[in-house]
Amino acid sequence: MSKSNFTRRGVIKTGAVGGAALALPQYLRADGHAGFTNAPGDSEVVLGFNVPQTGPYADEGADELRAYELAVEHLNGGGDGGMLNTFSSKVLDGTGILGREVKYVTGDTQTKSDAARASARSMIEKDGAIMITGGSSSGVAVAVQALCQEAGIIFMAGLTHSNDTTGKDRKANGFRHFFNSYMTGAALAPVLAANYGTDRKAYHLTADYNWGYTTEEAIRASTEAVGWETVNSVKTPLTQTDFSSYIAPVLNSGADVLVLNHYGGNMVNSLTNAVQFGLRDAVANGKNFEIVVPLYSRLMARGAGANVKGIYGSTNWHWSLQDEGSQAFVRSFGTKYGFPPSQAAHTTYVQTLLYADAVTRAGSFAPCAVAEALEDFEFDGLGNGKTLYRGSDHQCFKDVLVVRGKENPESEFDLLEIVEVTPVDQVMYSPDHPQMGGAEASLGECNNGA
Amino acid sequence: MDQIIVQILNGLDKGSAYALIALGLTLIFGTLGVVNFAHGALFMMGAFCAVILSKILTISREVAVEGQTDFLGNPLMRDVPVIYNWFGETAGAAIIDWNVPLAILFSIPIMIGIGFAMERGLIKHFYKRPHADQILVTFGLAIVLAEVIKYFFGANPIQTPAPAAFTGSLDFGVWLGYDPLTIMYPYWRLVYFFFSALIIAGVFAFLQFTTFGMVVRAGMADRETVQMLGIDIDKRFTFMFGLAAAVAGLAGVMYAPIVAPNYHMGMDFLVLSFVVVVVGGMGSLPGAVAAGFLLGILESFASMPAVVQVLPGINQIIIYLVAIIILLTRPRGLMGRKGVMED
Amino acid sequence: MTDQTTQPTSVASPSARPSSGTGGMLGLTKKDSTLMLIVFGLVMLAPFILNPFPEGSAMAQFNAGYPDLMQRFVIFGIFAIGFNILFGLTGYLSFGHAAFLGVGSYAAIWSMKLVTLNVIPGILLAIIIAAAFSFIVGFISLRRSGIYFSILTLAFAQMSYALAYSVLTPITGGETGLQIKNTDTPLFGGPTDGSIGRANLFGAEMGNSFELSLGNWLFTFNLGYYIAAAFMLIAFYLSIRIFRSPFGMMLRAVKSNQQRMNYTGLTPKRYTLWAFIISGAYAGLAGGLMVAMDTQVGPERMFWTASGEVVIMTILGGAGTLMGPVLGAGFIKYMENIISKINKDILHEWFAFMPDGLEDIMVSVVYPFIGKGWHLTLGIMFMLVVIFLPGGLVEGGQRIAARFRRNKNAD
Repeated sequence: MSKSNFTRRGVIKTGAVGGAALALPQYLRADGHAGFTNAPGDSEVVLGFNVPQTGPYADEGADELRAYELAVEHLNGGGDGGMLNTFSSKVLDGTGILGREVKYVTGDTQTKSDAARASARSMIEKDGAIMITGGSSSGVAVAVQALCQEAGIIFMAGLTHSNDTTGKDRKANGFRHFFNSYMTGAALAPVLAANYGTDRKAYHLTADYNWGYTTEEAIRASTEAVGWETVNSVKTPLTQTDFSSYIAPVLNSGADVLVLNHYGGNMVNSLTNAVQFGLRDAVANGKNFEIVVPLYSRLMARGAGANVKGIYGSTNWHWSLQDEGSQAFVRSFGTKYGFPPSQAAHTTYVQTLLYADAVTRAGSFAPCAVAEALEDFEFDGLGNGKTLYRGSDHQCFKDVLVVRGKENPESEFDLLEIVEVTPVDQVMYSPDHPQMGGAEASLGECNNGA
Repeated sequence: MDQIIVQILNGLDKGSAYALIALGLTLIFGTLGVVNFAHGALFMMGAFCAVILSKILTISREVAVEGQTDFLGNPLMRDVPVIYNWFGETAGAAIIDWNVPLAILFSIPIMIGIGFAMERGLIKHFYKRPHADQILVTFGLAIVLAEVIKYFFGANPIQTPAPAAFTGSLDFGVWLGYDPLTIMYPYWRLVYFFFSALIIAGVFAFLQFTTFGMVVRAGMADRETVQMLGIDIDKRFTFMFGLAAAVAGLAGVMYAPIVAPNYHMGMDFLVLSFVVVVVGGMGSLPGAVAAGFLLGILESFASMPAVVQVLPGINQIIIYLVAIIILLTRPRGLMGRKGVMED
Repeated sequence: MTDQTTQPTSVASPSARPSSGTGGMLGLTKKDSTLMLIVFGLVMLAPFILNPFPEGSAMAQFNAGYPDLMQRFVIFGIFAIGFNILFGLTGYLSFGHAAFLGVGSYAAIWSMKLVTLNVIPGILLAIIIAAAFSFIVGFISLRRSGIYFSILTLAFAQMSYALAYSVLTPITGGETGLQIKNTDTPLFGGPTDGSIGRANLFGAEMGNSFELSLGNWLFTFNLGYYIAAAFMLIAFYLSIRIFRSPFGMMLRAVKSNQQRMNYTGLTPKRYTLWAFIISGAYAGLAGGLMVAMDTQVGPERMFWTASGEVVIMTILGGAGTLMGPVLGAGFIKYMENIISKINKDILHEWFAFMPDGLEDIMVSVVYPFIGKGWHLTLGIMFMLVVIFLPGGLVEGGQRIAARFRRNKNAD
């Protein structure tokens, strides 16, 4: 009898257990020979795509899934290869990962940490997934990342923007390509100062949960650094749909800028309400009243319609970027699905490629070897220009896009225009930054599992 | 003071939505004795009537734009609504602009139809079943309706703006002697409030002043006696279900410009509207309306920055807190009748 | 196979039966002993029963015999059994039971973070805290009955959820919830090497499994599952005893006629409050076990949909029956975890034997109901079960059993 913490099934599928087992019950020590959880067999490797398929972020989840399928196709040598052709690392050759064909399983996170962990555990315990990726909310990302750390599985975060994911809740087995609240603040503040002046009074409406807190903290810190004053900040319930009671007091509060630390449906509704209450046409302190939405998502911008016109925010990536990598990705995604990819699709596609590349460079699927290959890895050609996967907190550092709602969109996808590409140096911070959990935050030890 | 006036307006506005949904729920409950968990879904279907109509109105032909290309390098296609061909560009654009008011007309027959279909096809068989079964089957139906909408329209909210004539705000404060620009209130929200008041008044007048309404009221009070008098109460109850569905649907249509509709807005309102109904008192129409406005106004007050700073989190729980206090001080809510759903 | 008690007429039936049975064991009647044995067998052999399909086959998708799901089956089984003691017997429909599960979970994880990684103190603390909280909520809510009671419980649960999500973030971790971290230093026996502590039972970790491979079949025996299963068997046994006890009869009397009880000088509220506390403690046990099996808590565990879920499990399975809630819990968790994981690729594999055109048609017909459409399937299943099986899944089982019996008689 032997024991293992998380078991895997892959070895069975590849026939490692022969007919002898028929006669006699045989106790397996899963992965005893490989030394890590869910070591793949010789012919195929299973990745777990854990995205919201029900609930408010189902559309983001669907787009992430499309990107994953595209990435798998490209890794297995199908399609036009997408960003494999522009990626600065050239070890991926379209023969899967380390010669194994890439298979995948999908699950539904429901944007609930319990459901997300259940789904991830079933991928690990039942399907033998070697890597879990996905998610469209920071709570889920942190929860699943902690699970993967325990299980000895690599977690490649999807759309998660809270500082905590690679801040105070960072884990050795978890990696994030997406940018975060701090970077948003650092990129946005100079643009806001340049356009709206340095003598502004801001009013924050903040969704009452972790992501809202870190975003408000980041925006406050960076705008106050350029001379803005924060008049007030009010927390709004996450489940709120009608924000009129929160918007109405803003106009007479002495503020001349409203910052909406809201995402998704919250953002659509609070922005719509703010426009209804005439904030965009108002004049306060002798200046035009302005609205800022720190984190933009094109899928959500569509929900807000004409209300986003002229409003500043930040985004991780946008399909109108002209670099070679972005263009290649947009081309293959657009050809396959008929519309341009969202930033959620981009980050998940890139994460899959980065994982496959790291495995290939490490020559092993063992999580610790993969983590080592990813740490302090510098690459280019995946959109966003030169990028660093920092080893001390597993966060990607790259240029950040400051965008603005487009005045005359040409199609339903053409809602945002890039105002500035903030260079990576400007959004850099030290791993023990107070917003990132300070000196206490640590990755811990990487875990190979079994 | 000006802030309090604004929050009263906000409260009346939220309250109108709560009141309309609660009114429909109580109509169904009071007449048919059915707990309808799909009522939130009817509200959602109403909002999607506006979305669907706007999709119909903007059915388009693709016309290539000279000299421009899309993101894949193909010629850029621009959508031109077919309706422009029929009415000309100006009139066509105006019709599209007035989509939401038009959707009111569009939604009434649809919602009544859905109501009839629900009652005849499903609810009818559950009159004599326990309330728990009614809850479960209507909850199942609510999920199915929401998922069908999600299948066709996706999960993200869909912007459905009010006509351009109603964007912008009314300077309400000037009327009350405040400086200009102190109390601004969006036109459409005012429209929503008056529209709701009209519907509520209409439903009450209908029940009060028509023979049909009288029979229904009698049926609500004592179903068996009315049936013994030889009146076909069932047919009238079917009609009441259609009416309740239409009320929920109209609440939804008009709400679409205020909060962009998505497939789970019904579920968001479901629990809240049940709290409203129960706080108002089971089986009482005036109670449902009063509780709707009361909770709407209290919710607005609790969201004021000054209040939240003193009592953090109060805005999260105010409705439930008030519900507990009212139910503990008044056993059957504000105006509930004795013996209704007390066992 | 089970005792239908939804009909008011059955109120008197348990009294006809001697409470310390003849021919049974552990104070159960023979019939109940058989039921207990069947459940014991099913639970112990679950790793076999739930994995009927060989690895790698197309049907392996439907295997449910992996630790996480098996644990969830028994944990939600406990939750539903407890809920049924309140709802099935007294008819009081609580719409806020998830709050007790959530409170229990928070208690358990704090016990593990601060005191010890051993699961037993955590689970006990979860039960105690949940029972205490349900005493408060029950004491207030039971002042009203019917839907007024339901809304009171709902209000308490929604307040707990909203506060845990926001204002109480320092205690609850807010949206992110709480996990065990490598910086946690429990008083007794935390890991010293900087790794993340794991929940254990006197050193044996919950994740420990051994695997048995028979040909193409692979069966996983997980320690955590068997610990949860042991708790579930105890919970089930206690629920049988409660159903058959004079106390259980009092609770049924609450459902059928409170007034008559009052006239006879009995205080229905006291009995109902006890039932409420017991079912709250069951929820706390379930919450504690959830943390023991997977060391994390999030506030959405207390959202009204979670409370609604246990109501649905109980009614779907058959309220007032012993087996019903367990079946209902299993049914819903199976849908949630298995159907949601089927994707388009898997469909294409299934229908690969068909000609191309037909394959695509089949895939597009089935596709809306699986994967991201699993909610739709769930909704349809609710409706079908409620419409055609008013007594829940248990009634379905009884009908099938009756048909078999009839066929036998015909022979």
